[in-house]
Amino acid sequence: MTSPLQQKIKVTGPSVVTANRTWDGAVIYRTAGKDWSTDLARAAIVRVADEARALLAESVADDLGAVGAYIAPVQVGNDGRIEPGNLREQIRRSGVTIGLPVQL
Amino acid sequence: MYAYDEIDRTLVNERVAEFRDQVERRLSGELTEDEFKMLRLQNGVYLQLHAYMFRVAIPYGTLSSRQLRKLAHVARTYDRGYGHFTTRQNVQFNWIKLKDLPDALADLAEVGIHAMQTSGNNMRNVTSDQWAGVAPGEVEDPRIWSELLRQHTTLHPEFSFLPRKFKIAITASAHDRAAIKIHDIGLRLHKNDKGENGFEVLVGGGLGRTPFIAKTIKPFVHGRDILSYVEAILRVYNQYGRRDNIYKARIKILVHELGIEKFAGEVEDEWRQMRDGALNLDDEVIEDIRSRFSYPHYEKLPHMPEELRKAAHDPAFEAWRKNSTFAHKIQGYSIVTVSLKPVGGPPGDATADQMDALADLADRYSFGEIRVGHEQNLALPHVARRDLPALWRALDRIGFATPNVNLITDIIACPGLDYCSLANARSIPIAQELTRRFANHELANLIGRLHINISGCINACGHHHVGHIGILGVEKNDEEFYQVSIGGRADEDAELGQLIGPAVKFEEVADVVEDIVEAYLALRAAPDELFIDTVERLGVEPFRERVYATR
Repeated sequence: MTSPLQQKIKVTGPSVVTANRTWDGAVIYRTAGKDWSTDLARAAIVRVADEARALLAESVADDLGAVGAYIAPVQVGNDGRIEPGNLREQIRRSGVTIGLPVQL
Repeated sequence: MYAYDEIDRTLVNERVAEFRDQVERRLSGELTEDEFKMLRLQNGVYLQLHAYMFRVAIPYGTLSSRQLRKLAHVARTYDRGYGHFTTRQNVQFNWIKLKDLPDALADLAEVGIHAMQTSGNNMRNVTSDQWAGVAPGEVEDPRIWSELLRQHTTLHPEFSFLPRKFKIAITASAHDRAAIKIHDIGLRLHKNDKGENGFEVLVGGGLGRTPFIAKTIKPFVHGRDILSYVEAILRVYNQYGRRDNIYKARIKILVHELGIEKFAGEVEDEWRQMRDGALNLDDEVIEDIRSRFSYPHYEKLPHMPEELRKAAHDPAFEAWRKNSTFAHKIQGYSIVTVSLKPVGGPPGDATADQMDALADLADRYSFGEIRVGHEQNLALPHVARRDLPALWRALDRIGFATPNVNLITDIIACPGLDYCSLANARSIPIAQELTRRFANHELANLIGRLHINISGCINACGHHHVGHIGILGVEKNDEEFYQVSIGGRADEDAELGQLIGPAVKFEEVADVVEDIVEAYLALRAAPDELFIDTVERLGVEPFRERVYATR
């Protein structure tokens, strides 16, 4: 399989690096502090391919902490609020769009 | 039920210990994800959108009440209190943590359940008719052969590092409930002119990006030769199957490119060299496997007991009985399909509480046995007909008595974009909306047998190609669209559906299905002409016209 770092990186707007946390699979985002957070608001934003490549490289290097890091589009509001850039990322952040059979 | 012996138990327990070690090494950093990925996949562990997903095999769809309770325990202890029954007689847990997986596997191993053959490029869970052993007119219980194949292929190197995943399904009835024609190998058990049991062998079926209906390569292979014949097929596949392109790696592509006659010839050449070797099954081996399947001690019961006669006055009971109970090989008993398709619910989901309650009902009414079908429903295979009214009331209390089996709301749907990392679009909300749209039981009954299958991507886990109405989610510019096809079927007359026109938006799908159904009701030659027969008679065009005339 092609490594994420070898894939062509196309960044058309604000983006983040997201992955799943190794020990439990939770959705996480790479922060500017070279760490991970489950909170999209804390994600590092990149806007051009070189920045994205660098953020992805440091994310992939953390093989113990995260699995399957990739670049995902986001929307940044005038107030700085970060929202997922597509439905897939919306679902990853907010959970399934259906009621779960068991409410926790 | 099949009784596991010490060898089975040792193998399963050793596998748990091995995986526990692998997980520990992954979590300590000793193994990288690249190194670990194949190991976790070999134990049914995927990484999905929100979490790890754990797929557990239910070989040939047979579960004991004890095993079902253990699945409930796993759902409750390690997941979010529910499980999802799939189209391949597996159950999936959607929220499991990697650190908990060894414990979950260990708990399942206590009742002989495991996750081998549920993932990876190997032989997958051998599936069969969920009515195996109880269907009237069956040639023989196909699970005997499923189990033989399962034992032979588990951890076998010829079957463990294939170009791609490989699926086998077996049926022994004239009506195919196991969808054998959409499997890599489909086996139809039947008798030859001498009255001997053997298999019609079909190869090269499959859905996904390039769908094919399997073709027969040998009309009769004697039971004693089936392991060697299957292995000959796998050897040809291993030799010629492509490993350079994941989209061209399934055996269906090889069969298509070589041509069925050449492929059959290659298999025959391979088989000739090995058929009289170690894989020739002697009667003793077959008998040993057969003897480990136990069957209930049925009572002598009347076909129409008083309890059933009285309950027939209740229209709600009758509505359920008519489409949820089926003829059994023993007089006085029925097979009961338990619908996992409540109105507004995700198809195939069951909560831990429901699983526990059904296990209790299986103990009380079905000799402790439950079956799992590829249509994402469960079944109780040995219910005395006198018990049907009491069972119905009990199923109703736990939300398992929706009277929609084989009707338009008995929808097959993959998890779709709500869970799956491969999906392009959501499946479950489409299914939910359709169940609401056709919730009126009288309307659903008027429409009659109609299977809707929904997949959230071209990988086709929801079998959309073979739905009477098939719905495929695609993505265009970050928006969900759905292609609709009609005329597919997965039974003995399996066909691939035909697209009716351009994809429609998420919001339009239920309206499109309603248009198709209205067209069918107007076009059918008689009230008993099924939807699939009307499509076969008239083709796609009248439905296309109805759907797109105003769009």
